[in-house]
Amino acid sequence: MSFDIDVKQTRSGRPITLFCRTDSPLVALVGPSGVGKTSILNMVAGITSPDQGHIIVAGQTLFDSDTGIDLKTARRQVGYVFQDRRLFPHLRVRANLAYGRRAAMSMDMDDVLAFLGIGHLLDRWPHSLSGGEAQRVAIGRALLSGPRFLLLDEPLSSIDRDRKAGILDAIDQIRRRSPIPILYVTHDVAEAERLSALIVTMHEED
Amino acid sequence: MIVGLSPEEWIVLTLSLKVSLVAVTVSLPICFCIAWMLARWHFPGKLLVDALVHLPLVLPPVVTGWLLLLLFGMNGLIGRWLSDVFGVTLLFRWTGAALAAAIMAVPLMVRAIRLSIEAIDRRLESAAATLGASRLRIFLTISLPLALPGVLAAVVLGFARSLGEFGATITFVSDVPGETRTLPIAIYAAMQMPDGEPIVTRFAILSILLSLGALIVSEILVRRIARGGRHVI
Repeated sequence: MSFDIDVKQTRSGRPITLFCRTDSPLVALVGPSGVGKTSILNMVAGITSPDQGHIIVAGQTLFDSDTGIDLKTARRQVGYVFQDRRLFPHLRVRANLAYGRRAAMSMDMDDVLAFLGIGHLLDRWPHSLSGGEAQRVAIGRALLSGPRFLLLDEPLSSIDRDRKAGILDAIDQIRRRSPIPILYVTHDVAEAERLSALIVTMHEED
Repeated sequence: MIVGLSPEEWIVLTLSLKVSLVAVTVSLPICFCIAWMLARWHFPGKLLVDALVHLPLVLPPVVTGWLLLLLFGMNGLIGRWLSDVFGVTLLFRWTGAALAAAIMAVPLMVRAIRLSIEAIDRRLESAAATLGASRLRIFLTISLPLALPGVLAAVVLGFARSLGEFGATITFVSDVPGETRTLPIAIYAAMQMPDGEPIVTRFAILSILLSLGALIVSEILVRRIARGGRHVI
């Protein structure tokens, strides 16, 4: 099973819940802004903890309130591409890509550089990159960390239309080259359909 | 030897530099720990710790010197212990002057470092955690480098404050030529002499040049670091 997620978290009096049990390798969380999609990704990554429930990804229990399991973020082997990218501003692209690299487990560096088209950016500083370039570097950094699963938070936001196709192609390439499950957050159903993802819609809780 | 300085004046200059450098070097790690604690931790009595750290900033320096005298003097709680256990005395010694300078510099240094720690984007630290980094690695490779401009600013501020320290130093370790007579104390001593005006002028110019030099060096270092980019992308 790719994802077995049943969580509940209350933030500032607002409940966020998700139930998702699927073998699909690519799941798209779809819903309006503010519904808690990023909060779900943060729970799966271990940045925050659910109040109750469980998170099992690719057969590994990351969180279970019943048994008290709550793996630290650093031990979850997650490849998280944040909506705001979070490239380290004091490190060049090369060092950003190498930061979490687990050589034995990750995809080949040259291969990643080639299919993301970021080989020429290695000596650049993050602040000098365009939105699309920064997004591709962020995806490359996540892939090179040898993740067991990928979390992509609105990877096409704040990217111009021409660049979006390139990022979607890159995600397609990842699916072809690596069998790891992907949880993809978007507010655009068409984007999820374009990727042939299993669509899980989140609604405002009362 | 710097042109125009007598051997005695040269001793004053090197002593001042030694006292300031030791004060800053020894207090820097302590200031960083206090700043980190105040910026990141929540604990009962935090307000009191914050107030105590900043106390030397608002207390008359003479009072700070008197308190140091009470604590580190021959009959002081810590002073007697240092003397009995290590055979060390700080009274009338340059090490005492360094202690007084450090105590007076601590509030400024803690403030500068704390501001830079508070300015670190915590989202970058969580990004590093998702990449498998341990807390120590995140501190060494993300938090510390991003706080570096603030640490440098703290070093310069602390150094300048130590160079200019007068009240607490003269109260605690008095004016002993060659041992505790730092630049400000030497200026004060020269002002008491009928023919001390040229000495005062030379020392005053020297003080200005040293402080200015420290500020320029710090600015160059900060800009060099900033050239690497500080914007979160």
